Amino acid sequence: MPERVSESHGRRVIVAWIVLSVVATPLVAFVLGPHLPPGNGSAQASEQVFDNTWITAIVTPVVCLLVVFFVYALTQFRHRGGALVDGPPLRNDSRVQIWWISVTSLVVLFLAGFGTYELLQNGSGGGQGPDPIAIPKGHKIPVQVIAQQWQFTYRYPTYGGVETPELVLPADSYIELHVTSLDAIHSFWAYELGVKADANPGVDNIAYVKTKGPRTFHVRCAELCGLWHGYMFDNGRVVPMAQFTAWIKAQSRAFAPVAKYLPKYADVYYPDPQRRAG
Amino acid sequence: MRATGLKLIGVIVGLAAAGVLIGLYVAKLTTEAGSAAYTVPVTTRGGHKVVDLRIETVAAVGPQLSPGHPDFVSYLVRDTQGKWLRRTVWRLPADATVHVTIYNFDGASGLRNPLYARPQGVDGNVMTVDGKTMDVLPPDDASHTFAVPAYGLVVPVAPVADDAKNQCDYAPCAMSTAHRTIQFTFHTGKPGHFRWQCFVPCAAGWIDGFGGPMQTIGYMDGFLNVV
Repeated sequence: MPERVSESHGRRVIVAWIVLSVVATPLVAFVLGPHLPPGNGSAQASEQVFDNTWITAIVTPVVCLLVVFFVYALTQFRHRGGALVDGPPLRNDSRVQIWWISVTSLVVLFLAGFGTYELLQNGSGGGQGPDPIAIPKGHKIPVQVIAQQWQFTYRYPTYGGVETPELVLPADSYIELHVTSLDAIHSFWAYELGVKADANPGVDNIAYVKTKGPRTFHVRCAELCGLWHGYMFDNGRVVPMAQFTAWIKAQSRAFAPVAKYLPKYADVYYPDPQRRAG
Repeated sequence: MRATGLKLIGVIVGLAAAGVLIGLYVAKLTTEAGSAAYTVPVTTRGGHKVVDLRIETVAAVGPQLSPGHPDFVSYLVRDTQGKWLRRTVWRLPADATVHVTIYNFDGASGLRNPLYARPQGVDGNVMTVDGKTMDVLPPDDASHTFAVPAYGLVVPVAPVADDAKNQCDYAPCAMSTAHRTIQFTFHTGKPGHFRWQCFVPCAAGWIDGFGGPMQTIGYMDGFLNVV
């Protein structure tokens, strides 16, 4: 009799799990998925939305099983008065173990393979260090991101090495970001572009991003970097190429007085020690 | 059962009280930056609000203004009676013209990023140093900067020469001691809460000049509370 009851519990849980998964998984994949972060501000951001949608959809049945089991246990196995007694002894069931290990192994291996494949396409907007292995083909515009307490500035080596406090990128272009720092460890996070790369002093951390149409995007530091870390944010812009060309020329003019003082463009900088600061 | 309920209520009330206290502390920390806001007097010229903000930078704030850290480098603001205050939160009117005068009594530290040697975000992208108009300061000469990143505003502060006579040891510094005068004008826009800071790692005695007053609210940084 107890075995029959146990099988009945199992059947109920499995049926409820299947029903919930059949309903929830398509909802996650087709309704929630397109709204997952970071949006569609760049090719990499769109790929991340695709990846996040797939991964979330795959884990949805796992979450459903946990939810069903949790709710079922809370409602059905609740102690309702009377003397507390031990439950029936648990016995090993090798079928359940084999299924559990096989299915979870397959899910984990698939996600690892899927994630690796996606990363190797173009780095998925992440910093790849000074020697990237996922290099997209085609022409790329290099832009250096220089972090310092507490602001990012940007250098454009193919436009005379001009440095500006504002990040403006041409639309529909591949950008090669060289992220570095002049002081502490920061992290360059261009949220809507799907780019996140650590900014370490003495390191040239390279990330790739392919912009789409004109838009604004947020830039913020994602590494606790000191007193005003919370205020280390800014807005960037993606603009049509003609507008970008006009903007970079205007920046060259605006910062012409300081051009002679800027160091020669380099992957990283080692500023001279301050005169009096240790 | 009743005892359990009371315990639960006690825990919830305790957590809520702790949350409120932490929230108030953080709110005070971020809006006051360690000191009460100084309301800069406003005049009206031709129907337009104009502010005359006078500040100074000193190599050592001194025991009178900062007993806990007398050797910290600091900005100070001058009130209408000519008294120097260690307050770095300044209340300014929105849509106003702000004429800034910085009296610098400190020597050179040098800029880590030479980009900040160029005055930016101020009228004409120029400043005057002792009456002379300049559109850039040699980066190694910079003593400090006054920067409001949200406004795109950066002004490098010219130094007192290392061999200048009659240098000020501790604030408040008399105007008869060696100093430089830097002037520029900028404009406030909409109301808001904007942080300002120095971009020169000027904390003498700290690793790379980044510790001490550079990481302590109320010395080389603060807020413009634009209302």
